[in-house]
Amino acid sequence: RKPRPVRPLTHGCAGEENWVDNRTIYVGHREPPSGTEAYIPQRYPDNRIVSSKYTFWNFVPKNLFEQFRRIEMVRLFFVLQLIIDTPTSPVTSGLPLFFVITVTAIKQGYEDWLRHKADNAMNQCPVHFIQHGKLVRKQSRKLRVGDIVMVKEDETFPCDLIFLSSSRGDGTCFVTTTSLDGESSHKTYYAPDIYKFAGRINVYHDRNEPIARPLGSENLLLRGATLKNTERIFGVAIYTGMETKMALNYQSKSQKRSAVEKSMNVFLIVYLCILISKAVINTTLKYVWQSDPFRDEPWYNQKTESERKRNLILRAFTDFLAFMVLFNYIIPVSMYVTVEMQKFLGSYFLTWDEEMFDEDTGEGPLVNTSDLNEELGQVEYVFTDKTGTLTENNMEFIECCIEGHVYIPHVICNGQILRDCTGIDMIDSSPGGSGKEREELFFQALCLCHTVQVKEDDNIDGLKKAQLSRRSCVYISSSPDEVALVEGIQRLGYTYLRLKDNFMEILNPKNDIERFELLEMLSFDSVRRRMSVIVRSVAGDIFLFCKGADSSIFPRVTEGKIDQIRSRVERNAVEGLRTLCVAYKKFTRKEYDSVCKLLQNAKLALHDREKKLAEAYEQIEKDLILLGATAVEDQLQEKAADTIEALQKAGIKVWVLTGDKMETAAATCYACKLFRRNTQLLELTTKKIEEQSLHDVLFDLSKTVLKHSGSLTRDNFSGLSTDMQDYGLIIDGAALSLIMKPREDGSSDNYREHFLEICRNCSAVLCCRMAPLQKAQIVKLIKLSKEHPITLAIGDGANDVSMILEAHVGIGITGKEGRQAARNSDYAIPKFKHLKKMLLVHGHFYYVRISELVQYFFYKNVCFIFPQFLYQFFCGFSQQPLYDTAYLTLYNISFTSLPILLYSLMEQHVSTEMLKREPSLYRDIAKNALLRWRVFIYWTFLGLFDAVVFFFGAYFLFDNTTVTSNGQMFGNWTFGTLVFTVLVFTVTLKLALDTHYWTWINHFVIWGSLLFYIIFSLLWGGMIWPFLNYQRMYYVFMQMLSSGPAWLGIILLITVSLLPDVLKKVLCRQLWPTATERTQIMSRHCRDHTSEFTPLASLKNPRYRSNDCSNSPARRSNSHSKKRMFTHWKGNDYSILPSIFGYSNNRCNSSARYCYSGSGLETSV
Amino acid sequence: MAVNYNAKEEADGHPSGVGASGGAGKSRKPDNTAFKQQRLPAWQPILTAGTVLPAFFIIGLIFIPIGIGIFVTSNNIREYEIDYTGTDSSSPCNKCLNVSWNSTPPCTCTINFTLNQPFETNVFMYYGLSNFYQNHRRYVKSRDDSQLNGDNSSLLHPSKECEPYSTSENKPIAPCGAIANSMFNDTLELFRIDNETRIPITLNKKGIAWWTDKNVKFRNPSGNTNNLTALFQGTTKPVNWPKPVYMLDSEADNNGFINEDFIVWMRTAALPTFRKLYRLIERKNNLQPTLQAGKYSLDITYNYPVHSFDGRKRMILSTISWMGGKNPFLGIAYITVGSICFFLGVVLLVIHHKYGNRNTSADIPN
Repeated sequence: RKPRPVRPLTHGCAGEENWVDNRTIYVGHREPPSGTEAYIPQRYPDNRIVSSKYTFWNFVPKNLFEQFRRIEMVRLFFVLQLIIDTPTSPVTSGLPLFFVITVTAIKQGYEDWLRHKADNAMNQCPVHFIQHGKLVRKQSRKLRVGDIVMVKEDETFPCDLIFLSSSRGDGTCFVTTTSLDGESSHKTYYAPDIYKFAGRINVYHDRNEPIARPLGSENLLLRGATLKNTERIFGVAIYTGMETKMALNYQSKSQKRSAVEKSMNVFLIVYLCILISKAVINTTLKYVWQSDPFRDEPWYNQKTESERKRNLILRAFTDFLAFMVLFNYIIPVSMYVTVEMQKFLGSYFLTWDEEMFDEDTGEGPLVNTSDLNEELGQVEYVFTDKTGTLTENNMEFIECCIEGHVYIPHVICNGQILRDCTGIDMIDSSPGGSGKEREELFFQALCLCHTVQVKEDDNIDGLKKAQLSRRSCVYISSSPDEVALVEGIQRLGYTYLRLKDNFMEILNPKNDIERFELLEMLSFDSVRRRMSVIVRSVAGDIFLFCKGADSSIFPRVTEGKIDQIRSRVERNAVEGLRTLCVAYKKFTRKEYDSVCKLLQNAKLALHDREKKLAEAYEQIEKDLILLGATAVEDQLQEKAADTIEALQKAGIKVWVLTGDKMETAAATCYACKLFRRNTQLLELTTKKIEEQSLHDVLFDLSKTVLKHSGSLTRDNFSGLSTDMQDYGLIIDGAALSLIMKPREDGSSDNYREHFLEICRNCSAVLCCRMAPLQKAQIVKLIKLSKEHPITLAIGDGANDVSMILEAHVGIGITGKEGRQAARNSDYAIPKFKHLKKMLLVHGHFYYVRISELVQYFFYKNVCFIFPQFLYQFFCGFSQQPLYDTAYLTLYNISFTSLPILLYSLMEQHVSTEMLKREPSLYRDIAKNALLRWRVFIYWTFLGLFDAVVFFFGAYFLFDNTTVTSNGQMFGNWTFGTLVFTVLVFTVTLKLALDTHYWTWINHFVIWGSLLFYIIFSLLWGGMIWPFLNYQRMYYVFMQMLSSGPAWLGIILLITVSLLPDVLKKVLCRQLWPTATERTQIMSRHCRDHTSEFTPLASLKNPRYRSNDCSNSPARRSNSHSKKRMFTHWKGNDYSILPSIFGYSNNRCNSSARYCYSGSGLETSV
Repeated sequence: MAVNYNAKEEADGHPSGVGASGGAGKSRKPDNTAFKQQRLPAWQPILTAGTVLPAFFIIGLIFIPIGIGIFVTSNNIREYEIDYTGTDSSSPCNKCLNVSWNSTPPCTCTINFTLNQPFETNVFMYYGLSNFYQNHRRYVKSRDDSQLNGDNSSLLHPSKECEPYSTSENKPIAPCGAIANSMFNDTLELFRIDNETRIPITLNKKGIAWWTDKNVKFRNPSGNTNNLTALFQGTTKPVNWPKPVYMLDSEADNNGFINEDFIVWMRTAALPTFRKLYRLIERKNNLQPTLQAGKYSLDITYNYPVHSFDGRKRMILSTISWMGGKNPFLGIAYITVGSICFFLGVVLLVIHHKYGNRNTSADIPN
């Protein structure tokens, strides 16, 4: 059973945007026959997968190098300290750096170890391949290009293979790509952008002319996919190791940086400037002050000979550097490591969240990068996909319309189809003979024109099983629409059985099996928006069945009851159903031959194959006869409306980007409360642009919108209100591309600006008929608009990947359309409804936490370093450190690190429930509110004030007097220790004042750090440390504590330093409370008097009430009723909180009815 | 900058990675623990005017009495200070102003002064220097703590931090360094003038240094003999010293490195104007004050040149309370902070009453 293609030659050409590679491979490493193209042996990598960054040997140097690139500033100081004479020992600044580097290295080393483990598991798994005609078993990494590999069932492919032969008689095999894209279908569906592949195989029989056969993606078995339902296959390795598609895919992921990180870097630059200016000021003053020789070198303090000889410029420069070293702590190195740990550990709270765990799929949220945690609290625009994101992507076949007759699968009695005629006045209810024939064709078309697979059980014949119970066989497809259609058709009597030996088998209502030979499949793509099959019936008739979006079918139809079907399709679309049209065409033998040739030529093309195929398809799929249309319902996701409403209240603009048609999408938008009954819809569609010029349309729209813009901006502050006019914009793909297209006269930005202006004033935007790239384009347009808003894209399918990658935050839904989106996203959540908690609660927390972390770090380091700066004025600018080495070293590492880290993990300034209930709190932190310059300057000045208090407090306390009761004097180290003690306590207590959520951990860490400081100081000063060459701290701390005034001074200075901050907090809260602060007070009142529950939502803004009414989840009914827009209200959900909204259920119902009539205007029931 | 979970992700992405996609089922459900769900029981304090008000009043009420207490204590402390630098031409020490280190015989001068009030309790005698940068970096580090701790190898091989005061005439200096080299060496003697007779006042030179310094941190070199001269064999005296370290005092337990004057000097002062404890005057009996009101004279052996760097030398006599010497700062600061807190408390109270109810009531509908 060995494959024997004699001296075959594979010529492959795989192209990815900028990456083109041609390779010629000799299968089984045989020599090519003489006379063929000159063969240059190429070297290919072996099949080793290396995803790890480091090896055992290069870990230390490489890791250090990479880390140093980041903390270059500090490294500079470290190196400097080794060279020049510095005030602090190299250990002092080296130790924190060492600590930072070690922690990071350990983390990265661990991650790399995981990668190594995975790599090894991959590289060492055994593979069967043929060597010199014998089957050998070797480790996967020894595989080379050109080897013939055997893969057994349920094994994964070890590299990219060209499929040569199979144990199945028909030469096919089944593959599941679950681990590649998460699609569980038993076939290879390849998204064109990733799996683009073109090739040709030449088969040489002895000396004969080679026979060329096309190779396409259907012959390419990708590494990572698993063989299913096939005993074994043989294939030739064409891409190995790091050149496999899978490995290539891992590498292209760009780094996103959060707004917080950007402002952090700006602050760092400010501090760098402060640092440099401090050093410059001190150096200058030093030389001014030293101009008197008795100051520079008094008799008691002579310089060494070498110091004296040094050139003045050089001396000044070393002095400058020494000051830099002394003050370098103002640039907090440990902030990096703390931020990193905070993000890393903090992200676990997201994955641990029980509420975000989906019981149905058994999946919780996934965090692919923790870089962007805080960005979740900053989102201003949400771009959401519709299908699978807002909706369940759980398709249900609702009806089909054949020649104007409507069939509904629910209404089936005893296996007979009952024609549903009631309420359909436009359809004549008596189909003639041709109608019957068309009906059969329609069902055949739906049964044949798809890519659905039947999941067979190994033992029981699928056919038998299907006969036993009709629902037992499971259909699998990458597109849920297709499954819904095939299942729906099954309920109408036609069952698709299987594809066997290129014959498709259908069980018709008479229980006969019809067999069709599958001749060609013109697969689906998102540009054509249709697919076709060419089949031959038993009778020998050749049919082309085409299925696709109405917009792509209608122009190609020449015959059929177009008007009736079109009106039905439009009506269904308005109701939010997904519609597909079905058409067919009969070929004569001759026509088919030419079609065949056309396709063959296109397939064999090595260059521009896609384009040629598309042209061929275009030629083939024309002059069709319309059969009918189908309607599939996609249910709204649970709580989608609730989520969207909450997001809008949070000040986030929600845009829906979908490939669906306008009517369908608009209906969904109404259902999910994106558009409300009072929303005035503005349309910017192809239809309108055809009537007027684009310029006029844009001009009109902006005029309408801007009329109210003044009131709208006010509205943004006060929350959404019902009496304000809000606008919803609908735009379609064609109109968008017109707007985006640069104009000939070069003023391309003009339209964009207008468009952006309109969008800015619309509360909701719906973009329909979007191509995947257009989605990304829109995201980019908004992202780069002049306010630079933070965007979030959420989607579930491969077509959303581009926008997920483009947006600041990309969220994937681990839904039904495979894992592509989730894999490429920054975060993945199981359901759309989880977005609410993710943004409003987790995002809010993350942002509040990290901004406090950043500000606090700068603050505490200003407090730390500024006294040193002041001290220079009293020690002759000699770079004398104020604090002892140990204190300098440990301040950021141990005395003040843990409280802020734990704060930044645990802080909840408002409770989770409150954040969920009050989405508007999200506005309080919008636009990076906690890291604005004002706040930053406040913190910096607070730090300066505190530093001045510490230093001068201690100065006046020690000023030329004794503070002990035995008359003995204290020295400079006691002075520094006193300042340092006040500093540690103040800084820690400042954090304690900011903590709103004191768990036992916070208590432990805050009081523990202070205790640790005291114990450490007692120990540090408690003995003569033999390894130190100085003992300056000996008993200093104890002596200080034995002095009464020192105690009193410490207490006084701490009080004074904390006083302004407390005062500012209290006054701001009292006089200009933010929404968050009000909520805090309210929730405290609630806790205090639980009996008297205060209605928060209405407290904040009474106008919320009317909105809250429509808060109840509206669900599309899938009952047999024709009123598809009927919404029912779960009154019970809210009846427990009647007092919250201050009205009775009665009123809610009435307004519910009102809502219904509003949104259902077009339903024409 | 932060973490990228590439490792995890790629591990999952590999075909060998088991359970990359769902199916692990219930086991992946996060634990419902208070910590993981961020529901740990917590105290949630909010700083409002209501909570802060009492704190302000309490701080005010505590600080003001403390401040008054400290202020009164500080005011009851007797302190007398004489500047004996001699920059003023009328000063008796003016002749010594430009004294050098090795002038022999040493320049002496006498300053007479009058105490108007008696010093009742123990009196502490300080010398004070101004414009003397003991906290200069080059100065602070110019010492060898191992040498001072009696380490024999450091005795002969002083640390290079002592440069340029580590060797002289190719012999190691003991004690090395700029601090030791510039040790204060004026001698101050106090006499009470009673009817034209000068009655010397006993100045106690022990107990002026920290006990731990004297007994632990500073130690003479160890050896077989108790003879300090032998122990310091092979070293030389600091350049500016008239005599070597083993001749600082006649008493064995106050000689060498454990000489208390030396120890006091070695504790570098924090600020350029400082004072150091020089001598103790103990109260003899309960009937008489330590220093009666009256005339006194101070005999100064003027060795220490400060004029070259514009310095000042002072002699201070001071009594001590539980809170040390005279320092009005602490008392005033306490009173001020207490008053401010009290005042702020009142302001807050007004604000709280005027605006406080607005916030809570205005938002409640109807």
